[in-house]
Amino acid sequence: MTIHFQRELEKIKKRILSLGAMVEERVRMVIKALELRDADIAERIIKSDHEIDEMEVEIEEECLKILALYQPVAIDLRFLTAVIKINNDLERVADEAVNIAERVRVIAKRQRLDIPFNHSLMAEKSEYMLKKSLDAFVNMDVDVALRVCALDDEVDNMMNEAYDVVKHAIGKHPDRVSYLINLLLVSRHLERIADHATNIAEEVIYLVEGEIVRHGNYL
Amino acid sequence: MDKPVKIEVKNLNFYYGKFQALQNNSLDFRINEVSALIGPSGCGKSTFLRCLNRMNDLISISRVEGNILLDGLDIYDPSVDVVMLRSRIGMVFQKPNPFPKTIFENVAYGLRVNGIKDKGLIENRVEESLKLAAIWDEVKDRMHESALGLSGGQQQRLCIARALAVEPEILLMDEPCSALDPIATQKIEELIHQLKKSFTIIIVTHNMQQAARVSDITAFFYLGELIETGETNTIFTRPKLKQTEDYITGRFG
Repeated sequence: MTIHFQRELEKIKKRILSLGAMVEERVRMVIKALELRDADIAERIIKSDHEIDEMEVEIEEECLKILALYQPVAIDLRFLTAVIKINNDLERVADEAVNIAERVRVIAKRQRLDIPFNHSLMAEKSEYMLKKSLDAFVNMDVDVALRVCALDDEVDNMMNEAYDVVKHAIGKHPDRVSYLINLLLVSRHLERIADHATNIAEEVIYLVEGEIVRHGNYL
Repeated sequence: MDKPVKIEVKNLNFYYGKFQALQNNSLDFRINEVSALIGPSGCGKSTFLRCLNRMNDLISISRVEGNILLDGLDIYDPSVDVVMLRSRIGMVFQKPNPFPKTIFENVAYGLRVNGIKDKGLIENRVEESLKLAAIWDEVKDRMHESALGLSGGQQQRLCIARALAVEPEILLMDEPCSALDPIATQKIEELIHQLKKSFTIIIVTHNMQQAARVSDITAFFYLGELIETGETNTIFTRPKLKQTEDYITGRFG
């Protein structure tokens, strides 16, 4: 039974990692769509989100099945609860990618208006946090997870900066309010991606250390 | 605040002839708490349990070192009356072992052995004990039938009633559910929850989920050593030692 159980855990780990890879790819695509103002890429992301949703449900069902059948404890229990939560976070990251894609669809139709805010830098940082949080999970690496948590403040600051810049721009271009709000929303969704990456990193810390570090109670 | 200590075990060593079955174990048991002793077969948990009411005295080649204090008094002191001691520390075994007597007589037996002759008192105590053991409703109309006619789960609760009749302070349970089906097991577990309000309970179990469900404190034994002890919640979510984790997650050996 134990060998069977270990195999089930391995299987679930593979599945959550492939979900992670799929979600990372979505984030990469949406960043590209944003840079290129490419509505086609955005459309593809929106249309394929159901794949992520289905996989999330499958993984959750699999975890529930293992919990019911094997009643795991200690590291195995922490692993499964971490997977359930990471699964949820990944699905939400994909939703944020869809949200950005929807903004891109709108932005792409309008005339370009550049503002002094660097979305690429923010996108790059959020994407990096997501990647690192998944690396921390694969390698059960608390140090990497802690670094991800530390980066969240930088992204939050960028979000505040975006707010100020957009507010200022609205004053200067009152005829472009709708366009500018879309830009603000993009930064908001990027900031949410970073939040989910932080959640994943926190789950990794719980998985390894057995300490719940949410709400900034870092080790 | 921590509850007062009922039994204090200090540096307990136990030998079967030359074989040392317990190695320098120290552990406290607190009033109104359930403590679970877990570990693989042969790890010494049952031997440890049986030291607590001197059941091992019956094994001629055995030898005990160290101290076990019950309310501060050493139970291995030569002046201790072992029969009295065992009436303070009741025990329930793995297999239900009712006497081949009526249900009533099974529960009344310990009282009679202790010299109680007052019929009214005996009747009251039998009823109370059966109620405490959550079996009264099932047997009240068949008190004078043989106890051997009861189901396994009922027999085990009858044995618990028998142990409770002499008003012990501590209840030792050596795998009390291993011969029972899930429904009977659930009843015994529910009973343990009720009984801990009045008793100090120490249970040996191979069933990890049972230990997690019923106990406040879990102690993990391996090869005669007490490896780790702590609050049950902690032991089953984040044990400190890898050995404990390997055992409870089934990665042993």
